[in-house]
Amino acid sequence: MKEFALIFRLKDIADFKPSPEQMQERMNWLAGIASQNKLVDKGNTLLPIPGSAKTVKPNNVVTDGPYTEIKEFISGYIVVQADTIDEAVEMAKGNPIFDQVGGNIEVREVLKRD
Amino acid sequence: MTAVLCRHFGLKHIEIAEDIASDTFLKASEHWAINGIPENPTAWLYAVAKNKTKDYFKHIAVFETQIKEAIKPTELETEQNFEFSNQTISDSQLAMIFAVCNPTNSTESQICLALQILCGFSVEEIANAFLTKTETIKKRLLRARTNLRNDNFQIKTLSETEIKSRLDTVLKTLYLLFNEGYFSKTNNQQIRKDFCSEAVRLTLILTDNDYTNTPQTNALLALMCFQSSRLEARTNDKGEAVLFDEQDKSLWDKTLIEKGNYYLVNACNGNEVSKYHLEAGIAYWHTTPTDQNKWQHILQLYNQLILIEYSPITALNRTFAFAKVYGHDKAISEAEKLKLTDSNYYHELLGYLYADTDLDKAIYHYKQAIGLTKSKTEKQTLTKEIERLTEKKTAGNKGLASGGQTC
Repeated sequence: MKEFALIFRLKDIADFKPSPEQMQERMNWLAGIASQNKLVDKGNTLLPIPGSAKTVKPNNVVTDGPYTEIKEFISGYIVVQADTIDEAVEMAKGNPIFDQVGGNIEVREVLKRD
Repeated sequence: MTAVLCRHFGLKHIEIAEDIASDTFLKASEHWAINGIPENPTAWLYAVAKNKTKDYFKHIAVFETQIKEAIKPTELETEQNFEFSNQTISDSQLAMIFAVCNPTNSTESQICLALQILCGFSVEEIANAFLTKTETIKKRLLRARTNLRNDNFQIKTLSETEIKSRLDTVLKTLYLLFNEGYFSKTNNQQIRKDFCSEAVRLTLILTDNDYTNTPQTNALLALMCFQSSRLEARTNDKGEAVLFDEQDKSLWDKTLIEKGNYYLVNACNGNEVSKYHLEAGIAYWHTTPTDQNKWQHILQLYNQLILIEYSPITALNRTFAFAKVYGHDKAISEAEKLKLTDSNYYHELLGYLYADTDLDKAIYHYKQAIGLTKSKTEKQTLTKEIERLTEKKTAGNKGLASGGQTC
């Protein structure tokens, strides 16, 4: 089995706080993957709000958050296991984020550093 | 009994203690068959065990003095004062569980050993509890015993840190003991109440001790109380399982439900959310009357539980809750992704989910389940269900299917 990181991107910072119903749907999706014993790491949410996000650039330039320059921002990640990248893509397709608020999910194979 | 004897022999000689215990029971079955059961069977058993132990020590003493004359009498020779009061028994039992849960073995081996020696589990029952093959368990037990012997350890008073670090494994052992009683799969008995009450008794002792009275312990006890409240309702007069939906709710033990609530409140002192908290939460919702959001709550708790720890049973129960919230059609695709084709529960769930829409598939899955289960009563229940579906098929009309999980 290979491991894949699923990296979530949202379009709008206003979408970041899900409603209880949206949260339930996202939990159902995540637990659905865990039920197949394919969740390697339930990951974390990355806060995009002011004070929680900075970008460090060359020459000690530090800007607030990623949202000043790019529209889409990373909101979190999980790690799943699958035989092929296509299987991981199928898992990502089921994510309720597409129906709820839009955004995208990047699927990347993990190469372990050891 | 093995536990009490071990306290005197030291764990190194666990086989001797086990031999004496089984000798005692053999003698009991011979003696009681002729003379009837004595007034106080427990006392009788312990009296016999005590004599057999003394005989053994004498035998050893003779052996030691004759063979090794020069050697001074060993510790074993000295006549020991046995205390077989109820207090010692309960303490011995727990002390032994803590002793067997020695980090020299892997957690799983510790639990296997505790279940075998202290809870009287057969190898098959342990294999069931771990959802593994009996051969694996046999090997694991053998290795674990050798390790313990090599480690040359004894039942001694454990330090606070030792108790605390071993508590997780002890709780897991008690949890498995209770579950084996509650969902017994062997001996053709659906429920073994003796296992359940023993698990409750030992967990209760843990709540009396400051070191072990943790939120987790309370959550586990709450779970056991909630589940036990339905023990009477879960089987009918013939010993057959009664499905959750068909249980006579007036048979549920309200006192136990209240106790469960009490311990669940205790369990919430602190920020810790363990799997016992979540399972107790699920069991709590099962004791409440059906309201609109009941299954949504249960599903969310299962979602959290499966994120803490994967187990096939949790995955299947979660899917059942999913079906209750989102309907059978959506649940079928969730269920089929689980691919637990070796599990009879997997096929039972799919049989249940298909029963409304696709009779052929439902019957197919129920038949698979019958082939996989070892429980006689479960086979009977499933056979009845297949008969019902076959009748429905020939009648050609679709009605409401019954069935469901035996919570």
